[in-house]
Amino acid sequence: MAIDIEIFKQVAYFTGFASAELEEAAKLFFEQSLKRGAIIALEGDPVDNLYIVASGVVKLFKTSAEGKEQIIYLVYAGQSFNDVPVIDNLPNPASAQAMSPVDLYGIGNVDMHALLDKYPQAQKNATDLLAERIRNLSLLVEDLSFKHVIGRVAGILLKYAGDGAGPKPRLTQQDMAAMAGTAREVVGRSLKILEVDGAIKMNRHRIVISNKKALENMVEMAA
Amino acid sequence: MAEMPYIDLEKCDSCGACIEICKCQAIVMINNIITIIETDECGWCIECESICSPGAISCAFEIVFGD
Repeated sequence: MAIDIEIFKQVAYFTGFASAELEEAAKLFFEQSLKRGAIIALEGDPVDNLYIVASGVVKLFKTSAEGKEQIIYLVYAGQSFNDVPVIDNLPNPASAQAMSPVDLYGIGNVDMHALLDKYPQAQKNATDLLAERIRNLSLLVEDLSFKHVIGRVAGILLKYAGDGAGPKPRLTQQDMAAMAGTAREVVGRSLKILEVDGAIKMNRHRIVISNKKALENMVEMAA
Repeated sequence: MAEMPYIDLEKCDSCGACIEICKCQAIVMINNIITIIETDECGWCIECESICSPGAISCAFEIVFGD
């Protein structure tokens, strides 16, 4: 597998980079391929590398003492993870696991800091990226705190429905439960309610959103 | 080709609970290995995923907008 520069053009850190700068930066990265289900990083562990997803999907999640999982966000091709622990040199706030076979480009902490020091544009881009992450985390807190579970499930369906803009991961009911902060059985009941209400149709392995407006209304309802 | 549940054989402990609970005989034991057989009879009830203690079986949904 050769490093694909086209992936780097999608990476937030390299926005505004000239082709020659991208080529230079790419030399600092190594490639790693992992199969579906592989644990890439563990919450609480020190971190050696920042990763860019070249292909596949990685989930970032936290785990409670009782083993309950809360998905923080999914990482797609052209996006990065392990950013925070690499930047602040503290233990990883979340675990990372491959949801599909993945190809990763990794960079060591020292090289990443050197890259940020060398390119002021990368530092600005890092600031913008972290601001976006904080904003998204705020929205997650809002969902978990103020929205009822059916609204959260409806939001997940809308967010992960394929719209032709790019591949979206298939989700198990357990994945949806981990995103919505609830149990798998509750997701199952929520889907049944949404189906009875006519907002969705369950067609074997497909959830068809038959009434997008009804789902959007469900999302807006407070707990 | 019918979409079928996915089984991670590295997690599977061959307990056979999925075989017992499957209503459409899509899951069988072949040479002591739990095997999912492609069949249109599978209604995606996800009972196999629910009963699998080690989490070896996953029944993922594709989410799409209707016409």
